[in-house]
Amino acid sequence: MLLIRCPYCEEERPELEFRNAGEAHIARPTNIAAESDDDFEKFFFIRANPKGVIYERWRHIHGCARFFNAVRDTVTDKFVMTYKAGEPKPAKLPGAAK
Amino acid sequence: MKKYSVFAIAREAMRGHKGWEEQWTSPEPKKEYDVIIVGAGGHGLATAYYLASEHGITNIAVLEKGWLGGGNTGRNTTIIRSNYLYDESAGIYDHALKLWDGLSQELNYNVMYSARGVMMLAHNVHDVQVFKRHIHANRLNGIDNEWLTPEQAKEFCPPLNISKEARYPVMGAALQRRGGTARHDAVAWGYARGASARGVHIIQNCEVTGIKRAANGAVSGVETTRGFIGAKKVGVVAAGHSSVIMNMAGVRMPLESYPLQALVSEPIKPVVPCVVMSNTVHAYISQSDKGELVIGAGTDQYVSYSQTGGLHILQHTLDAICEMFPIFTRMKMLRSWGGIVDVTPDRSPILAKTPVKGLYVNCGWGTGGFKATPGSGNVFAHTIAKDEPHPINAPFTLERFRTGRLIDEAAAAAVAH
Repeated sequence: MLLIRCPYCEEERPELEFRNAGEAHIARPTNIAAESDDDFEKFFFIRANPKGVIYERWRHIHGCARFFNAVRDTVTDKFVMTYKAGEPKPAKLPGAAK
Repeated sequence: MKKYSVFAIAREAMRGHKGWEEQWTSPEPKKEYDVIIVGAGGHGLATAYYLASEHGITNIAVLEKGWLGGGNTGRNTTIIRSNYLYDESAGIYDHALKLWDGLSQELNYNVMYSARGVMMLAHNVHDVQVFKRHIHANRLNGIDNEWLTPEQAKEFCPPLNISKEARYPVMGAALQRRGGTARHDAVAWGYARGASARGVHIIQNCEVTGIKRAANGAVSGVETTRGFIGAKKVGVVAAGHSSVIMNMAGVRMPLESYPLQALVSEPIKPVVPCVVMSNTVHAYISQSDKGELVIGAGTDQYVSYSQTGGLHILQHTLDAICEMFPIFTRMKMLRSWGGIVDVTPDRSPILAKTPVKGLYVNCGWGTGGFKATPGSGNVFAHTIAKDEPHPINAPFTLERFRTGRLIDEAAAAAVAH
């Protein structure tokens, strides 16, 4: 079971309190009806699914109930960091080579 | 290839078992092949086997980064059935089921296919309605599936608890008698032996690190940890790593990879005569010929390549098993493991040509690919050999996520994903 730090509650809580909400930083189109089939496919179905660092959304559903973003390594399942929803994708990850 | 038979066993018994040959050879990779298959699991080996046996293409390399059959082929719960809802799914899964019947004879290798019946339990009114709809749809597609009352279900599987006092009482069950189990390792080994005997090169410990494309965009070969290997046609059959491999050719996939766990108990005398599945309490169980209860759990909720999952997932599954079979509450579990399954948005596989000429993909089998192994390899071999899909896999395109022509088994599969 993962131990996840909620950036709002500011503490690490067990995975059972959280719900994974898929890949982060996918912007919903402002005018979805005008999207081409290609763009809709990219937005709705295509996923990065990386082997390595993933940017993903979590929801602290049995806690503060808020969505936030996390950076995690999908090989080790170790979290690199978590940050609040709406904050930009971190340019540099803590611990990453300079 | 020496034929396996009772006479071969007798002959070898007389001479100290010195005459058995290797089941497949381990050649050095050549500079170029007609076809390269990435991934030596059941589906990849079956593809190579049918390319050789049905399409006369034998200049093939099957590349495997680990060992043969060491991925999901060796990690699943070996359940075989074809009672899917939609026509497209029924077509491909029943094609596989028909090949399972007779596969041991065809391969001259005992894959231990046992049509012991797959029984799916209904625990509420919705389950009853859905299963009856399945039964009618299956029958229209010529696939056997029948409705059982709780009493008939208990007769078919005596240790089942059908008490009305249960938290989720059994209200009936759908039974596919042709469904059952097979020996997963033997499937990979049998196809490997058959392919190798026809000249296919199976190259283990050879990881694909890149896909090379010629100036016109077509595939020209693969970079591997053992050097460049040329080929005009490359078939990617890499299960949980499919999107990683496809990215090497610049093709982004509608896939996400999740851990899926299974576990086995200590071995006991025969007690579960069939496969029992339950969507609502979420567990499935059968008993291996060694006597272990083979139990399948659900996926974890997050993308991972770790081949391990959360303990609470297993605990939840065992809660369900104890609910269905109170007699197992004091059983000990011996070991558990995880595999990485590649899941598509509509929970149906992709077996298709890709936007890259000469690149083919067979992926997205999610949590239920083992049952399809022979059928998947058979139609994928056709797709590669003819450069066009077999009518059975024609609907399972990559383009369906753009056109919207989904095969939405997400809501129709036997267990929740």
